Amino acid sequence: MNRFPILSLAWRSIANRRGTALLTILTVAIAMTLFLGVEKVRHGARASFENTISGTDLIVGARSSPVNLLLYAIFHIGDATNNITWETYQQVAGAPGVAWTVPISLGDSHAGFRVVGTDNRYFEHYRYAGRRQLEFAAGRPLDDLFDTVIGASVARELGYLLDQEIVVAHGTGRVSFVEHDNNPFRIVGILQPTGTPVDRSVFVSLEAIEAIHMEGPTGAGTSLSMDELRAMDLSPDQITAFLVGLETPVAALRLQRQINTYRVEPLQAIIPGVALSQLWGVVGVAERTLAAVAAFVVLMGLICILTAILTSLNERRREMAILRALGARPRHIFVLLVSESALLALAGAIIGTGLTYAALTLGAPVLEQRYGVHLGDTLPGLYDLALIGVVTGASAVLGFIPAWAAFRNSLADGMTIRT
Amino acid sequence: MSAEPAIYLDGVRFSYARKGPVVLDMDRFEVAAGEKVFLKGASGSGKSTLLGLIAGIMAPTAGRIDVLGRPMSKLSGGRRDSLRAERLGVIFQMFNLLPYLPAGANVMLPARFSPRRNEACKVAGGAEAEARRLMSRLQLDPKQYWSSPPTELSVGQQQRVAAARALIGRPGLVLADEPTSALDADARDAFLSLLIEECAASGAALLFVSHDGSLASKFDRAVDLSELNAARVGT
Repeated sequence: MNRFPILSLAWRSIANRRGTALLTILTVAIAMTLFLGVEKVRHGARASFENTISGTDLIVGARSSPVNLLLYAIFHIGDATNNITWETYQQVAGAPGVAWTVPISLGDSHAGFRVVGTDNRYFEHYRYAGRRQLEFAAGRPLDDLFDTVIGASVARELGYLLDQEIVVAHGTGRVSFVEHDNNPFRIVGILQPTGTPVDRSVFVSLEAIEAIHMEGPTGAGTSLSMDELRAMDLSPDQITAFLVGLETPVAALRLQRQINTYRVEPLQAIIPGVALSQLWGVVGVAERTLAAVAAFVVLMGLICILTAILTSLNERRREMAILRALGARPRHIFVLLVSESALLALAGAIIGTGLTYAALTLGAPVLEQRYGVHLGDTLPGLYDLALIGVVTGASAVLGFIPAWAAFRNSLADGMTIRT
Repeated sequence: MSAEPAIYLDGVRFSYARKGPVVLDMDRFEVAAGEKVFLKGASGSGKSTLLGLIAGIMAPTAGRIDVLGRPMSKLSGGRRDSLRAERLGVIFQMFNLLPYLPAGANVMLPARFSPRRNEACKVAGGAEAEARRLMSRLQLDPKQYWSSPPTELSVGQQQRVAAARALIGRPGLVLADEPTSALDADARDAFLSLLIEECAASGAALLFVSHDGSLASKFDRAVDLSELNAARVGT
């Protein structure tokens, strides 16, 4: 006897008990949806993380640890240990092989969002997710002294529009007692969502940072008039960090060593990709925990199949006896139950995958628009096929348990039909 | 038709556990090829055990059983299973049919399990044609009942589907375990006549087990299991 009739018998038998079967399949489908959903978000989050900054060859700041520099300069988490002088910055910027630099000055905030003092080169050279450039959803880059450009999340969460005036606070807390309220900024540009910390940043010019701190770092700002300010030299003495782009990336290691051994002040240069993967090593634990939980949910789904089949065995002893009388061998009974288990899992896995991708197709544009998280393909790939295979295979292996029970029943029952 | 007996038992003993009580102890029993034998046995007389041994689902503790010239008791489990699939038809007391297959598919099952029986159906134009032919011979119009689920058939109709299934692909021996006990008198007589007729037509021997001795007259020969079985078993 070939395998085909057994498979079709298994299918007919399942169809005959479709109520329980559908519930079992649904359990597996939901487990599968959860697992795939977690996987997708996990990979999306990781990709977004790794895509936070690209196209920059070196990030330079005061000497601390690479992860620390990456955290404060790019993710705007924590504070710089020290600043670097404008002269040093100018020297590195003028070094041979350096194509461009972008200065960054941190320390102020607006409603909990970091204020980034920089210049328009930031919008020009910052790259994320491969080679994507920052784009303006509305408005234009910085021009006047108290102009500001805000990230997408800042605009959305605070409901800001173009031409609105905002006040920058000293320090980085959400609640601040020292506000530079003499010098409000005018919003001239709003950026598109990127899924990077850029979304949560308020960009102003380095000169503006200098101006609001002119009368002491913790004052209300300067009382000088705009004309007086414009007449002054507001070029900064120091900045927090800067990004470096090279003419050829091969020079990165050499320049990095030169910066790290710079004698005038303690500096460090990091290669963004290397530091990002170091950082992911730290935060990746949460991601792996999530994946483990989702895997256990799938295991629970499979145990549901096992329970459903084991429960049905007693009422199906007659079916087994008939099959035996017709010439089915004990191993056919075995195969019948194993294929039942596998078929239930296969159906559940396919439906679950379908549900996941349907949800992704509907939800991905919203996620991308609002959070800049790109979840990857919205069509099932090889990974999903392999996963369906693994789930089906695992269920078939679990099916050995009821199959073994039925196998033993069928030997013990012989020709006796128990009803 | 071979001259070898359909069933030949010699000194067969059987107990379920190795040191358990002997439930079957038969010195000699024979059913000739094509012979229709009525075996009278009350429940608990060891008839299910005997049928299980002849069908090769169980192996005897001692003794020899030949079925259609093949030493059933000497064969391995797998070979016993294929001998049963190829050469035997079995009809139970009731609930013969797989509940999830329609009548026609139930009749065709043995032909799907055994290539040899599928081959034997070729003369009639294939397994489906043969199944339809047997159904109409057993007075179940295939046009009407082919796709009926077993739950929509009366017990009598179910037993006739079971008989058609036992007979498909020309088995050499049909084992029937009280197939009429759930039927009323008219249906029982009609069923019995059809079964005997069809066994004769296909040349199959028939071993019919029942506690109802009044049926015995329709058979070539009647024997009483309690006289054959030396083991004393309580019910």
